[in-house]
Amino acid sequence: MSANVELENLNIRFGDFHAVKDVNLNIRDGEFFSFLGPSGCGKTTILRAVSGFNDPTEGAIYIGGENMLGSGPNERPTALVFQSLALFPLMSVADNISFGLKVRGVGKVQRRKKADELLEMIALSDQGDKLPSELSGGQRQRVAIARALAVEPKVLLLDEPLSALDLKLREHMRTELRRIQQRVGITFIYITHDQGEALTMSDRIAVMSHGVMQQVGSAQDIYDNPATSFVASFVGENNPINGTVIAAEEGYVSLKTDFGELRGRNERGLQPGDRATLFIRPQNLCLSERGDFDNCIQTTVNDQEFEGEFEHLYLAGDSRNLVVSLINDGAIPQFSNGSPISVGFHSDRAVVLPAGEMAYE
Amino acid sequence: MNNLLLPIASLIGAGLVILGLMFYRRSQHATGSGFGHFLRRNGVFVSSYLILSLLGWIFFMIILPQLYMVDFSFSHNLPPSKIGGPEDVYTTQNYEYLLFGSPGSEDAFNWLHLKVFLRTILAAVVVTIIDLALCYPVAYYMAQSASSGKLRMMALCLLLPFWVNEILRAFAFRILFGSGGVFNNVLMGMGLIDQPVDFIRADVGLYAGLSYAYLLLMIFPLYNAIESLDHSQIEAAKDLGCPWWRVHFEVVMPFAKPGIASGCTMVFMLSCGALAAPQILGGPSSLWFTQIIYQWFNTGGNWPLGAAYALVLLVVCIIFVMAVMRLFKVSFGEIIK
Amino acid sequence: MSSVQTTLPPQTGQHGFRLRSTHVRQFMMGFYILIFFAYLFGPLVMMSATAFNDNTYPQVAPWNGFTLKWFEELITDSFMVEGFINSLVIGAGVVCLAVPFGLAGALMLSQIHHKVRSIYYVIVVSPILTPGVIIGISTLVFWDWMGLMLDADFESPFYNGIWLTIIGQATFISSYTLLIFLARLQRFDSTLEEAALDLGASHVQVFWQVLVPFLKPALISAAVLAFLTSFENYNTTVFTIQAESTLTTVLASKVRLGITPAVSALAVLIISLTLVGAAVHEVLRRRERTEVKVG
Ligand SMILES: Nc1ncnc2c1ncn2[C@@H]1O[C@H](COP(=O)(O)OP(=O)(O)OP(=O)(O)O)[C@@H](O)[C@H]1O
Ligand SMILES: [Mg+2]
Repeated sequence: MSANVELENLNIRFGDFHAVKDVNLNIRDGEFFSFLGPSGCGKTTILRAVSGFNDPTEGAIYIGGENMLGSGPNERPTALVFQSLALFPLMSVADNISFGLKVRGVGKVQRRKKADELLEMIALSDQGDKLPSELSGGQRQRVAIARALAVEPKVLLLDEPLSALDLKLREHMRTELRRIQQRVGITFIYITHDQGEALTMSDRIAVMSHGVMQQVGSAQDIYDNPATSFVASFVGENNPINGTVIAAEEGYVSLKTDFGELRGRNERGLQPGDRATLFIRPQNLCLSERGDFDNCIQTTVNDQEFEGEFEHLYLAGDSRNLVVSLINDGAIPQFSNGSPISVGFHSDRAVVLPAGEMAYE
Repeated sequence: MNNLLLPIASLIGAGLVILGLMFYRRSQHATGSGFGHFLRRNGVFVSSYLILSLLGWIFFMIILPQLYMVDFSFSHNLPPSKIGGPEDVYTTQNYEYLLFGSPGSEDAFNWLHLKVFLRTILAAVVVTIIDLALCYPVAYYMAQSASSGKLRMMALCLLLPFWVNEILRAFAFRILFGSGGVFNNVLMGMGLIDQPVDFIRADVGLYAGLSYAYLLLMIFPLYNAIESLDHSQIEAAKDLGCPWWRVHFEVVMPFAKPGIASGCTMVFMLSCGALAAPQILGGPSSLWFTQIIYQWFNTGGNWPLGAAYALVLLVVCIIFVMAVMRLFKVSFGEIIK
Repeated sequence: MSSVQTTLPPQTGQHGFRLRSTHVRQFMMGFYILIFFAYLFGPLVMMSATAFNDNTYPQVAPWNGFTLKWFEELITDSFMVEGFINSLVIGAGVVCLAVPFGLAGALMLSQIHHKVRSIYYVIVVSPILTPGVIIGISTLVFWDWMGLMLDADFESPFYNGIWLTIIGQATFISSYTLLIFLARLQRFDSTLEEAALDLGASHVQVFWQVLVPFLKPALISAAVLAFLTSFENYNTTVFTIQAESTLTTVLASKVRLGITPAVSALAVLIISLTLVGAAVHEVLRRRERTEVKVG
């Protein structure tokens, strides 16, 4: 039923604008795969190329091993769930779901049967005769998915399908989507700029920026072992500290920074003299007096913020504030703004990456 | 000479089609030629429907006939057997005729036709102004003061008379203004006059009938334009001490400019191209320019001459539209809504 | 209503006067609108009255008594009946041409490259701004010449008044229908087409099952408008119709040659039909509205 999707040296240009650059990727059979990236990075463009709405300028797309060059969107084994849903407003919900079967010449009885089956799956059994405009946002969302599944695609493509929903519903739909995917067992390619969605649902994630694929990996991988400065700064909160490599040994590097010498993991083979950035997550920064840390940063407090389970400290960094998130154990001292502070971290919690593009501004 | 038109026209047409298809959404797609993309986007059936329809309509109904009419207006009036023969050469005699009359005439200019021409243009301008003056208050009332129920009623009432055939509308004015018509009866009954007044000869019927015929085309553009004006702007102007009539000249009318331009263009164009109303309501001694054209095609039996006259009329209309666009600083798209 | 509040002290003396002048203006406005609508309907009412007067001229006075004989004369007038039938045929022909042409023109506008789009727009709407007589003349001379070039038979459509009239009228009526379709297409979500394609529909299926249902109201109003415009057209028809006749050309020659109350009788019929049509339209709209409210 399902199939793998292979993007081979994919390049897409719009006139002079290079929207997708040299993407090589193999999305496995039955995988829940997400593209994550900021707005305008080329996610939709890739998806539309896979479904056949725009052609690659260079490179090729294979679905189930077959080159898709020259086949139109109506000939590909893919189905797209549109960002705007694109439900047919004049057709009933059941007619919407069975549209793909109707145009394939499937008989009325069978169509109805399939529609009922899918309606049941999306828990809308008794709502088949309504018009899409008579459904709620979340229900419409599910109808759009059911409509795409009705044609039994090998690959389901979803373009930010949850972006129009409110937060509560979005979280509910995440589990729903995952459940549907496990049930039908086909390949899902999911697009989002919401990292929460990508991290919770996907088997693997591709992080994109300006048309370039920065990293592919599992959620854990991408969070714990970012491959580039962009990924480190885009996925989750992270504190960047810039510096120059002064020593590299046994998987660790030492960096000369504004806060003195700091050490972190060397995942990318940095050599002395390289410009680099050290990333340390807010929850891995602690008050120095509370432990024995091999790295220490002396700076001043800019702000303190209370948030229930956590208390956030904003400290003067080298370019932007350093954020420290402390678990609220009832013993966190109150700092006045401008007062000196010392925070520390363990070297194996920090990752050092070549200096490069950041996700901020 | 007629052999010249077809190749030229085909070239222009082919050029247009190729240009259109080459430029076809160039920027929107990544690869492939424009035509291929067009085919892929629309499919074979829809593509051929679009291309055939547009070829048929734009090319064979809009462009070629107009071009041929230009060509035709420069030809001699020949019987079919001589067309394409040695006598079939270009001539400007048809246009000279409008200006100078037949070569044998003693007058330096063809005053008869030139006068009719100027009178038509002038009368069309007058009708346009009358309509603007008549419709502006109503459009303003509909747009800014009327409640929605009243508005629907008024719109319906405005539309109704215009589904009545234009001949019948002119006929109604003939009944009103004829020598035994309603107005003469009323005036005589009141003892104001003792002889029927010849309203038709005085062209009163014609002006009233023409203004009547195109009211709708003035009122709706005006209404649409005024309707989009925020009422609080008018109130603000009043509040700042602007007298009511200046509110109209300084706030409402400048805002409604596209509507005024649109209405005036339509009314002018239709009045100077009117044929039925002048035929029915025109006095025996006063002709409308279209009536002369009609005569060349009908009793006069000189089609090229009629085509030349028609072309002059068309040029005047084009000049008028361009002048309005300039004067009111509106775009073509705003005139046609 | 007013969101603007004056900060100047109220000028009480002037205020009273202003109020009065506002009332006078409102009264004048009402009066003017009354006169305006009298101008609109007076002529039609007078004309209708003459249809029932037993007087050889269409006059209201002297009133010679009520009669229906002009209606009788109307339906026994073979010219009128023949013209009427021709008008129906031409109207149907124009609908068949103008609706697809206008739709094609409207669909193309959004697809064509923006550099040629404004030229294209000028070309397709120019027939609206061209006087009807000129469209009639150009159609006549062009097809006459085409017939000559192709050595067509004199019985062929090139010289047939009905065919020429359909073509001539469709030239500018297509522009009207184009505007109707454009207005509707502005609200069309083109991702619906992509969704249908993605679900496996062919382009033809997309056209018939997605686009046409969406355009249905516009298709109906375009067809109605095309038919009615064709039915009452005179300026173009009078040149292209040649040996044939339509109701309008028959009417015109009747009115020019000598006026008879039979024409008024026809007017009464048309006005009644119009009123009925308007009433039906109004009722349908009301019903549609209440349906929307209920649903
Ligand atoms: N048809 C087109 N013509 C020209 N440029 C385009 C076209 N489609 C997309 N682009 C450009 O390509 C880039 C990537 O667009 P894309 O729609 O893939 O972004 P995205 O990652 O889906 O963003 P979002 O999260 O906002 O949907 C954008 O800069 C956009 O301007
Ligand atoms: Mg997108």
